[in-house]
Amino acid sequence: MKRALLAFAAVATLPVFTISPYVLNMAATAGIFVMLAAGLYIVVGYCGLLDLGFAAFFAIGAYTSGILATRFELPLVATLPAVLCATVLAGIVIGGPTLRLRSDYLAIVTLGFGEIVRVTATRLEITGGPTGIYGIPPLAADPVAFFYLVLVVTALALTGAARLGRSKLGRAWQYVREDEDAAEATGISTYRVKLAAYVLGSVWGGLAGVLFASQLSAISPASFTFLQSALVLVAVVLGAARNITGVILAAAFVAVTPELLRAFPDARYFLFGVLLVVVMLLRHRRRATA
Amino acid sequence: MSQLIWNGLFTGSFYALVALGYSMVYGIIRLLNFAHGDVYMLGAFIGYYCLTLLSGVTSGLPALLIVLVVAMLATGLAGVGIERLAYRPLRQAPRLAVLITAVGVSFSLEYGVRLIAGADPKVYPVRLDGQPVELLGARLTAEQLVLVAVAFVLMGALHTLVMRTRAGRAMRAIAADPKAAHLSGIEVGQVIARVFFLGSALAGAAGVMAGAYYGRIEFLMGFVIGLKAFTAAVIGGIGNLPGAMLGGLALGLLESFGTGLTGGEWRDVFAFGCLIVFLVARPQGILGEKAVVRM
Repeated sequence: MKRALLAFAAVATLPVFTISPYVLNMAATAGIFVMLAAGLYIVVGYCGLLDLGFAAFFAIGAYTSGILATRFELPLVATLPAVLCATVLAGIVIGGPTLRLRSDYLAIVTLGFGEIVRVTATRLEITGGPTGIYGIPPLAADPVAFFYLVLVVTALALTGAARLGRSKLGRAWQYVREDEDAAEATGISTYRVKLAAYVLGSVWGGLAGVLFASQLSAISPASFTFLQSALVLVAVVLGAARNITGVILAAAFVAVTPELLRAFPDARYFLFGVLLVVVMLLRHRRRATA
Repeated sequence: MSQLIWNGLFTGSFYALVALGYSMVYGIIRLLNFAHGDVYMLGAFIGYYCLTLLSGVTSGLPALLIVLVVAMLATGLAGVGIERLAYRPLRQAPRLAVLITAVGVSFSLEYGVRLIAGADPKVYPVRLDGQPVELLGARLTAEQLVLVAVAFVLMGALHTLVMRTRAGRAMRAIAADPKAAHLSGIEVGQVIARVFFLGSALAGAAGVMAGAYYGRIEFLMGFVIGLKAFTAAVIGGIGNLPGAMLGGLALGLLESFGTGLTGGEWRDVFAFGCLIVFLVARPQGILGEKAVVRM
């Protein structure tokens, strides 16, 4: 806790050193990504459910707030209740039927769901088709103010996820992850527990989507591809030695590295793929010998 | 109407070929081989380069059939290599770990091909635009007919191999009970490698055929077909080979009629909608065994 506060304070001093909008913008992007990773960490890290379409919830959050804000000229904050409803609903609609099945089915169904959301956003008129929605009012116009907003929201999201992980529900998640049969046998309704993780994860993703819409003021289907889902997953997997601090670092790393690697756009995802395989191989070899 | 059926059969036979590999691998080691769609893409690209090499020597259907065999061998070996490097060391690891590894393999294949071949779509150097003939009101070419026939022959050959030969019996034994199979002297690792070879070779064949049929290929083409093939495998009953064939054809036909009804841009949404409906209503598929482990 002390370390977390120190880290928070350290990041909060960033505008003292630079108020370059580029750096602050990048920091805000990293913050939003960390928040996404925190949401996915609830699903994958705590509960052990593989979600390959997490960008769908990100998209639902961004589109719901974007559409409401531009059509009805609402401030972005006023769209939050609708975003909450939409993401909870989407989480129940997708998680409800599939969480009863084998867990690896969930991976593919969420992947399909991610594609459905993206394709639908590209085709529908209300979502602006391939060009998307523009002119979304920002939550905070000043880059420094937006940076602090993202910082605070992300910190709250992380604290929330970590506290959930230590709650009774969180312990049930970890039990389900380690041994679902044993969890069921001790009286945990594994289905409900998994659904709770899935829905909470989707709410985190949706709220990150609102921040994203505010930051860019324009959203299009191109931001919500499988690549996005996969990158968040990479962050969670790389960082998660069952520890949310690792996820924060990995998420910031994954968010910032592509920006730094802009010179070699082709190789970077190839390297990501190889890295993913190597990390998994190393991690599980270590466990086998231990 | 009969044009819709024909289109459905054609795409359905690609789906079926890819779904077979998915289903075989799942049946034998309970792994959703995420990279399977990318092996299909790999096949299409190998075919592309071979056809470009061959273009001075022969062209048209004979060249395509030669290239088909070469691409099948190459993708088969690639499948064995993937299994050896990425999946075999994780055989005892939790399933989530293996799935994530498979996602990593998929990424490496996609962006590896992109590094070599570039991001732009490539025009396939052979086209099946021979003289179209009218058959029961559908326009189709002799080359298309040959390709569908090849697809069906491959499926039939696989079925015979699995059901009638010693090697096939070993595969079925491992699918039924890996430990008992091992105890009765079956070389489990070798048989799994063979399954990967067969499944990947079929996916590679489908890749070459799809390249020739659609006329253009790109490095992400395996992503959607991987999803579709999984859908087909689920519709038919995953782990069940006739089911995978049936599921592939059924999905092809469903999509073809769905497209006729709603327009082409909703095709993928329609297919994944089918997947979700099937998983909810009948998770064991048309021919499969019970897929729900616990409620």
